[in-house]
Amino acid sequence: MYKIVKKEVLNSVVVMMEIEAPYVAARCEAGQFVIVRVDEDGERIPLTIADFDRERNTVEIIFQVVGYSTTLMAKLNEGDYLQDFVGPLGQPAPLNKEWKRVIGVAGGVGAAPLYPQAKKLAEQGTKVDVIIGGRTAELVLLKEKFEKFCDNVYIMTDDGSLGEQGVVTKKLQELLDAGVKYDHAIAIGPLIMMKFVVALTKKPEYNLPTAVSLNPIMIDGTGMCGGCRVTVGGETKFACVDGPDFDGFEVDFDQCMKRQTFFKEEEHECMMKLQADQMQN
Amino acid sequence: MPNMSPTKVPMPQQDPNVRNKNFEEVATGYTAEMAMEEATRCINCKNRPCMTGCPVNVPIPGFIEQVAAGNFEKAYEIITSENALPAICGRVCPQENQCEGKCIRGIKGESVSIGRLERFVADYHMAHGAKAELNIEKNGKRVAVVGSGPAGITCAGELAKKGYDVTIFEALHKAGGVLSYGIPEFRLPKSLVAKELENITDLGVDLETNVVIGRSLTVDDLFARGFDAVFLGTGAGLPNFLRIPGENLLGVYSANEFLTRVNLMKGYKKGEVPTPVKVGKRVAVVGAGNVAMDAARTAKRLGAEEVYIVYRRGAEEVPARKEEVEHAKEEGVIFKLLNNPVEIHGEDGWVTGIEVVAQELGEPDASGRRRPQPIEGSNTVIPVETVVIAIGQSPNPLIRQTTEGLETQKWGGIIVNEETGESTREHVYAGGDVVTGAATVILAMGAGKKAAKAIDESLKEM
Ligand SMILES: Cc1cc2nc3c(=O)[nH]c(=O)nc-3n(C[C@H](O)[C@H](O)[C@H](O)COP(=O)(O)OP(=O)(O)OC[C@H]3O[C@@H](n4cnc5c(N)ncnc54)[C@H](O)[C@@H]3O)c2cc1C
Ligand SMILES: Cc1cc2nc3c(=O)[nH]c(=O)nc-3n(C[C@H](O)[C@H](O)[C@H](O)COP(=O)(O)OP(=O)(O)OC[C@H]3O[C@@H](n4cnc5c(N)ncnc54)[C@H](O)[C@@H]3O)c2cc1C
Ligand code: SF4
Ligand code: SF4
Ligand code: FES
Ligand SMILES: [Mg+2]
Repeated sequence: MYKIVKKEVLNSVVVMMEIEAPYVAARCEAGQFVIVRVDEDGERIPLTIADFDRERNTVEIIFQVVGYSTTLMAKLNEGDYLQDFVGPLGQPAPLNKEWKRVIGVAGGVGAAPLYPQAKKLAEQGTKVDVIIGGRTAELVLLKEKFEKFCDNVYIMTDDGSLGEQGVVTKKLQELLDAGVKYDHAIAIGPLIMMKFVVALTKKPEYNLPTAVSLNPIMIDGTGMCGGCRVTVGGETKFACVDGPDFDGFEVDFDQCMKRQTFFKEEEHECMMKLQADQMQN
Repeated sequence: MPNMSPTKVPMPQQDPNVRNKNFEEVATGYTAEMAMEEATRCINCKNRPCMTGCPVNVPIPGFIEQVAAGNFEKAYEIITSENALPAICGRVCPQENQCEGKCIRGIKGESVSIGRLERFVADYHMAHGAKAELNIEKNGKRVAVVGSGPAGITCAGELAKKGYDVTIFEALHKAGGVLSYGIPEFRLPKSLVAKELENITDLGVDLETNVVIGRSLTVDDLFARGFDAVFLGTGAGLPNFLRIPGENLLGVYSANEFLTRVNLMKGYKKGEVPTPVKVGKRVAVVGAGNVAMDAARTAKRLGAEEVYIVYRRGAEEVPARKEEVEHAKEEGVIFKLLNNPVEIHGEDGWVTGIEVVAQELGEPDASGRRRPQPIEGSNTVIPVETVVIAIGQSPNPLIRQTTEGLETQKWGGIIVNEETGESTREHVYAGGDVVTGAATVILAMGAGKKAAKAIDESLKEM
């Protein structure tokens, strides 16, 4: 069992938890993830390591409440325990020390997995700018945390309630057109956002190499089920062991998007049942 | 006077048309009377040919003699002197190629049903036996066992009995390896696996789940933490795919994914657990080993109306246990032998069918089996919504990628000294599927036992 030592509700749909997990805390690196089971019959869900503290033996996760398991998890409080918490899984993000300046692009809860990568880049001396997008001001995550070490933090909201109105790619294109020189981009967010970022950075006039973080449906997270397969550069990869970060120029985003919907029906039924149970209690 | 009946006492079973809709155990087991009757079929051969077929040397005639006399606890003691997991082996060993394949009675008529008797004795003990008093003197030395499948638990148990402090590290949240995540409930009830595991932890073995060696800790970390030796029993868990077009369509599973969703994650309790599993009306399972039979029979139980086994070789080459093939047929699984899949068809991202080419058998290949050759122009499409790929697994690369000095075969198997299980890295041993490639429970146990002996011999001197 893994103790929740801290819980913070970041906005109406996103929760941060700090979990006591000595093995994970001791070895994890930016870009890696854990698999969590909330309770005895729980499903295994992957979540990115958003931060860690090797001295306190803790790991932070930041998750959006989207369905059954995340709903259950959000109900837990400080002092409660998670049934299972295993990691660190996946490859550390390939962050090159030679990069002089990097642009991070995050959408929604994608700011959480971007944070440890951006922080590590800053620590190694790379200049980091980030663009954080959210539907409204409330859903823009981690602005203050990024501001501590980023040169520029640009905020984009759909309704203009914070920063500028528009999507993240609008700001990215502005920066690129203004001639800001980046060695690399890292885009993390909904697949559709990453697809559009790559469509932009891949244009011959920009040709800005872009890493993306894929989030296919996983079970074991150790290469055992093959359920997390994605097509990268025409080859099948297991995102849990070969990724989750990949060269965005090579990713078949349409296939990824399709595969995420495999269990939509069953997930929905499960959620309906949870809601019905809650109404009764 | 021995019982000269040419046939085995039949095994009581659930009716095929009932059991193909539930997940309860198919074969319900001998009663004491049936077991004693079957036991009298053994003629107690002096040279004990049956034992040469058992990879762990269970004293077969010795235990059967006790069953015949009604001394079931004594029989249990005799079996467990060599085999720590009799309830499991009695159910899943490919007996026809092992102990029973060598039984004298099998020459004229059917062999003695050694597997069923072993199962009976183990089940009897679980229901009636007392827990043995343990008096183990610790020797102060520590061994780390990686993986809690049959190889790992056997190695751990043997070492614990010799006084070692043993910790098993398991990547998943539950111990048992394939016994827990792969082999379905209707063939190997999980409560029984849990009980056999309890016997091991009762010996004082520590079990740490949720630790992935190569990620959470490395093999070097284990030595740094004071372990004197490491045994790798990590199995062959990496699923192979066909590498044909359409394999990433929705509706295509590896057998590992499908069975893990159903077994480990309890997907068979539909509507009660959150891990989803989706099965179409029509399902094609590619392959014909035990894994394929399990997937096909599971699909049937989850409500599929038509389930096909698609296999490129012929009936003689089918590698699954004979009993599983018979059970699958009884339950209505349709065998499409001599058919090689070449493409999975889809529409809007979802599977609609699997295209196969009929095969004919040519000359024997390197494996000694006749090589299937395509019959030009014989392509047909079997309409299905679900495809399960069950064509084998290879060892997972996480450990070999993170352990210096550990040499492996090209296909990923860890290279060991066959006599001792010693790898090319000092004090690191390995056994089971990670060495042999996907094989059997009993071979994995045999390897775990052998390595335990070698580890003891090497550490005793230190
Ligand atoms: C490597 C990786 C890192 C991730 N990191 C984060 C993170 O830091 N924060 C965060 O909020 N989310 C993250 N996710 C997504 C998160 O795992 C899903 O939101 C979660 O599993 C949803 O579970 P649910 O039962 O609440 O919702 P459900 O209603 O069951 O599912 C909602 C949607 O989530 C996805 N999903 C469902 N089950 C899984 C699964 N087992 N594995 C992956 N995706 C699934 C599917 O697209 C599904 O349609 C990550 C996913 C991956 C693969
Ligand atoms: C569906 C199915 C049906 C089968 N049916 C039969 C049958 O009827 N009869 C028969 O004899 N055999 C059968 N087999 C084969 C048999 O189960 C295997 O040969 C046997 O389980 C191998 O044992 P093992 O201990 O080597 O590995 P496994 O049972 O595979 O156990 C390995 C364990 O190691 C863990 N692990 C892996 N990597 C790591 C890591 N890096 N760190 C920590 N832990 C790790 C895994 O999670 C797993 O729990 C079947 C196999 C399958 C898949
Ligand atoms: S362990 Fe397997 S091979 Fe050995 S006697 Fe028992 S059933 Fe036969
Ligand atoms: S070979 Fe058959 S009959 Fe002979 S001792 Fe073994 S089980 Fe009994
Ligand atoms: S999650 Fe199972 S192989 Fe990646
Ligand atoms: Mg879910």
